Amino acid sequence: MRERYANMFKRLEAKNEGAFIPFVTLGDPDPETSLTIIRTLVENGADALELGFPFSDPIADGPTIQKASLRALQAGMTVEACFRLITDVRASYPELPVGLLLYANLVVHQGVEAFYARAEQAGVDAILLADVPLLEADLVEAAAQSCRIAPVYIAAPQAGQDILREIARRGSGYTYLLSRGGVTGTETSAGVPTGDIIRQLEAYGAPPAVLGFGISRPEHVRDALRHGAKGVFCGSAIVRIIEENVNRTSRLTEKLAAYVRAMKAATRPLDG
Amino acid sequence: MNRDKKRYFGAYGGMFVPELLMPALRQLEEVFFEAQKDAAFQKEFQDLLTEYAGRPTALTRCRNLVENPRVTIYLKREDLLHGGAHKTNQVLGQALLALRMGKKEIIAETGAGQHGTATALACALLGLKARIYMGRKDMERQQPNVFRMRLMGAEVIPVDSGSGTLKDAVNEALRDWSASYMESHYLLGTAAGPHPYPTMVREFQRIIGRETRRQILEREGRLPDHVVACVGGGSNAIGMFADFLRDETVQLTGVEPAGKGLNSGHHGAAIHQGDKGILHGAYSYVMQGPDGQIEESYSISAGLDYPAVGPEHAWLHDSGRARYAAATDEEALAAFKLLCSKEGIIPALESSHALAYALKLAAESKHETLIVVNLSGRGDKDLELVNRILEEKSDA
Ligand SMILES: Cc1ncc(COP(=O)(O)O)c(C=O)c1O
Repeated sequence: MRERYANMFKRLEAKNEGAFIPFVTLGDPDPETSLTIIRTLVENGADALELGFPFSDPIADGPTIQKASLRALQAGMTVEACFRLITDVRASYPELPVGLLLYANLVVHQGVEAFYARAEQAGVDAILLADVPLLEADLVEAAAQSCRIAPVYIAAPQAGQDILREIARRGSGYTYLLSRGGVTGTETSAGVPTGDIIRQLEAYGAPPAVLGFGISRPEHVRDALRHGAKGVFCGSAIVRIIEENVNRTSRLTEKLAAYVRAMKAATRPLDG
Repeated sequence: MNRDKKRYFGAYGGMFVPELLMPALRQLEEVFFEAQKDAAFQKEFQDLLTEYAGRPTALTRCRNLVENPRVTIYLKREDLLHGGAHKTNQVLGQALLALRMGKKEIIAETGAGQHGTATALACALLGLKARIYMGRKDMERQQPNVFRMRLMGAEVIPVDSGSGTLKDAVNEALRDWSASYMESHYLLGTAAGPHPYPTMVREFQRIIGRETRRQILEREGRLPDHVVACVGGGSNAIGMFADFLRDETVQLTGVEPAGKGLNSGHHGAAIHQGDKGILHGAYSYVMQGPDGQIEESYSISAGLDYPAVGPEHAWLHDSGRARYAAATDEEALAAFKLLCSKEGIIPALESSHALAYALKLAAESKHETLIVVNLSGRGDKDLELVNRILEEKSDA
């Protein structure tokens, strides 16, 4: 298994920091701007990237990320174009952990093995399939293993002991900890994980828990870390900045840079 | 028995949903299998089917429809069921399960508005609160059903995303459910989606075929040669097929919507033209583009306008136990008109697809042939649309 996530968590722990991991949909609003956006995220403090592939029927996403998918598809984005973008990102940032978050049909359609092999070649570290629960994880497990791609699983608020134990047994890279029910979006803001879930995951030896869904403000970041999360995902809040500044690339990068810096700052211990 | 095996039909089916929804599906699965074995539940369900919904429905021999003297066509009259379509059967079953789970809110999607109507009536009857997602385009083409649902107290929520049809309504219903599953039950309207829906919907619709089998044996003293049903997601067809699966002499045929033609790019024939893939929780045949993006389906009938098919049909197709044909808009319309004028029955446009295929069979038959068509619903909801199309035609 590749070590980029483990290295990142180690490095951050030494500094007593949490991970700030932005999410964007690849190719939103178009392939070229998308690459500029990703560079902006990394240059301003992203510790890793969570990248979505645009899909026609994103059932786990709220309106903001649904629209991002549509923009990318309208810009002609394909699965192969997504991989080419990732290849560019990897070339610029050899040590940056890169995870994918996408829907199962895109993988099944390419053929599971072919998809994972292509992901490995592009430099992907981890894959989370939004609509493949642990129960169906056999679909991709062998391919993930042979391509040294970390299979990532979701710990939902109501997850029982058996699920948490399975996540520990089968997951690697990181554990996607849901802050609440529902779909992605800032319409419903983040909840905090019950301290119990994180403690149980740790006790079972699961990969580090990173909290996602509804994270949009620095206090969400601080709350998450205070409750034991090792980092946060921030998707819709970033994508909304893209949506509000389509066709104004310099303004877009300025806004993104300022936002990412503010959110990253919240992962650091407070002075004094 | 290993309960996990039950979620697949051959390679098809499964539970491809966000982890978040798994506890809700597991709870539903457990409560459903318990209820299947619970005599009190079964009695309550049967009572509702007979005393409220009007079962058994008639099996009607067509008197004038076919010219070929060797051919007899019977219609299973789900159009006479309360609510106007077969949908009411399984909605009553699921609504009872919701009560059993202590859930007071119901989420549903609807295409033609028939499933929404059935959901609205069951919720009114049983004191549940319904919110029903319906594509904007479907709301326009099925106005009377929107009014019906609202009259019965349901909230109808327009869906603008995607093509504004059934697929998009399912997406919205799933999104709602993932936020509200603690209080709400998702009352899916067809034999598709993640386990346990395909199995549960089949079991609650099985009554269609069970009655048909008994009725045809009484009337004809033999089993039919052909049993025909239209296929959207596949609930009326699987309900009709289930009790005939072991009768190997009975040819089972599902009829998909060929829209403007199977090669026109405007159809909803997932088995004919789709690829294997995952949509709405199940691995099955799905209409998709070269890159795995789901394609928009098309049919004159809103209820068949869906780009996938229930996983058991995918399996019945591959195993050869059932055959899948297709009928175009034109053929369905012609069958619709013929049934009105020859038998005094106005069928749903969905059911007209099954009828169109049966008429083709009838015209070609060289031997004594006994055909049963599942008339899954009545056509009142389609009158305005058909009227408009016929007027446009006569103007042209
Ligand atoms: C009358 C009627 N028949 C058939 C269908 C198609 O659904 P299914 O394939 O689940 O029977 C519908 C769906 O709305 C319908 O209203």
